[in-house]
Amino acid sequence: MATPVLQVRNLTTRFKTERGVVTAVDNISFEVAAGETLAIVGESGSGKSVTSMSILRLIPSPPGRIENGEILFDGKDLLKLSEDEMRAIRGDRIAMIFQDSMSSLNPSITIGKQIAEPITLHRNASWNEAYEKARDLLSMVQIPDAQSRLSVYPHQFSGGMRQRSMIAMALACQPKLIIADEPTTALDVTVQAQILDLLKDLTQKAQTSMILITHDMGVVARYADRVAVMYGGRIVEQGPAREIFNRPAHPYTQGLLASIPRIDSDPSKPLPAIEGMPPDLSALPVGCAFAPRCPKATRECEASRPALAKVSEGHLKACFNT
Amino acid sequence: MEDILKVEDLQIHFPVMKGVVFKKQVATVKAVDGVSFSVKRGETLGVVGESGCGKSTTGLALMHMLETTGGRIMFEGQDVTSFNRSQVKQFRRRVQMVYQDPYGSLNPRMKVKDIIGEPLEVHGLAKDRAQYDKRVAELLRMVGLLPDMAERYAHEFSGGQRQRIGIARALALEPSLIVCDEPVSALDVSIQAQVINIFKDLQKRLGLTYVFIAHDLAVVRHISDRIAVMYLGRVVEIASREDLYRNPKHPYTQALLSAVPEVDVDAEHQKKRIVLKGEIPSPLRVPSGCRFHTRCPAAMDKCRTHDPAMSQHGEGHAVACHLYT
Repeated sequence: MATPVLQVRNLTTRFKTERGVVTAVDNISFEVAAGETLAIVGESGSGKSVTSMSILRLIPSPPGRIENGEILFDGKDLLKLSEDEMRAIRGDRIAMIFQDSMSSLNPSITIGKQIAEPITLHRNASWNEAYEKARDLLSMVQIPDAQSRLSVYPHQFSGGMRQRSMIAMALACQPKLIIADEPTTALDVTVQAQILDLLKDLTQKAQTSMILITHDMGVVARYADRVAVMYGGRIVEQGPAREIFNRPAHPYTQGLLASIPRIDSDPSKPLPAIEGMPPDLSALPVGCAFAPRCPKATRECEASRPALAKVSEGHLKACFNT
Repeated sequence: MEDILKVEDLQIHFPVMKGVVFKKQVATVKAVDGVSFSVKRGETLGVVGESGCGKSTTGLALMHMLETTGGRIMFEGQDVTSFNRSQVKQFRRRVQMVYQDPYGSLNPRMKVKDIIGEPLEVHGLAKDRAQYDKRVAELLRMVGLLPDMAERYAHEFSGGQRQRIGIARALALEPSLIVCDEPVSALDVSIQAQVINIFKDLQKRLGLTYVFIAHDLAVVRHISDRIAVMYLGRVVEIASREDLYRNPKHPYTQALLSAVPEVDVDAEHQKKRIVLKGEIPSPLRVPSGCRFHTRCPAAMDKCRTHDPAMSQHGEGHAVACHLYT
């Protein structure tokens, strides 16, 4: 079996807040294979964004701290590298696409320069060479008139075009791994389809791995090869996309899938909703984080945390009861 | 069942002014540009569309919260757009709104009981403290909250609970029609189902009529009896829930349905995808002819020059498209 591009082991990230210590990511482990798209799915507070920020060591410290774990990439543990070494990796070997393009792009620098910049930094290219490459990248992400668009400022672009520019920036140095954090949540549905199709197509062509972070199960069904479901800072289930959707093993995954209105669900019946509210990360229960809302919870669930256990080949769940 | 609401050729245009001392109108944002639809008492009309389609602007106009530029809004037989102040006040007892943002729509300095009870005070509907408290408790129970939450402040509650408070407030005056503007979009997925269920349950119990504005097609399908699809200030298609999803006629509706990823891996991989080219034009520069022609996979020459009118196709199913004229 080929070595996975990324191996995260026992990652724990905590934040000191006014209300106490918040364990945003709690002892999670997962892998991403070459050319694969792994979706990390969860609701607000599940820890999915903190996970991606931890991989790139972008956690503001203080108040945050990666307290434990290993992140193996390209034969190195990212958590042991110096900041200079990390900077050489960000934008080159691992690239990131953020949700809100208007706040991730520098409003006072042209699109062309922002795409060209990583090329000059990581590839030792001259600005002329980098601008040529940037023009090619803008065409690749289907922005017409690429040459004239190099001198445009972010505010002159629409949301969809800004996201395409972010994709161009991410692909500039042909990274091995792209982390896309809710890349289309702020976009209209028809534009979302264009952007995600483009991203999937380009990553498949270049055999780039992708971690796609989202709360949208529909997006997961369409684009992910494998899925990790997060709840309360923990991975509660992971496996191949088809397995997760057709045979969900964890009560949270089951509840979530059942509660989403589908195009073909029966509108005369109430939606089977998950009771209760998402957990307070500063006061997580001792046992399973989902126990307070779980229809299958037992005393054992309240007392101790279930570890991830095998359901079938490549499919794991953290639950005592299903 | 009669029409409780009938919107006729509604237009809401916003002038774009330039100049500091001497102002001149340089352009017009045609946010709503000739919209017509009707809603029967007790039913839910879903209104869907993407950015700039005019759905939220239409919602605000229904509430008499915006000046209209043309057309009529007939509520229970009266033209809302021509109301004077005292008529508007009476109108507010019959039509209420639930907003998208559970954080921005509740006054942080008011206790929950005052947020919900304020309408009663404004309209002089609570004779004394006891009656006021009783009605507030009743409203809280109706939305699945506990009466003792009345003494707390909004910030003590989660997004889903805050939306319930907003719904309770909207119900205070016993309205017949509630305009819901993206009421579940800002909520976590697992909470959306709870709130959607509350809306449906209340509709059954109280005989409410809803105009439900949303961009999420699956949510809209679950709650609506009929659905209007809007694009760039116009209704392009309107049909019953079954008809719209089984037999969408307008190319934009078809593309919209195709673009929404379904929660089913096998269905997604087998689906025939329609991916539109380009992006939604600005309402400042509405395309000539059919406003969708710049992105339409089925655009013909006629579409560039002639604006299609709505035409009927089957029971309650209307489309504005040259493919059907």
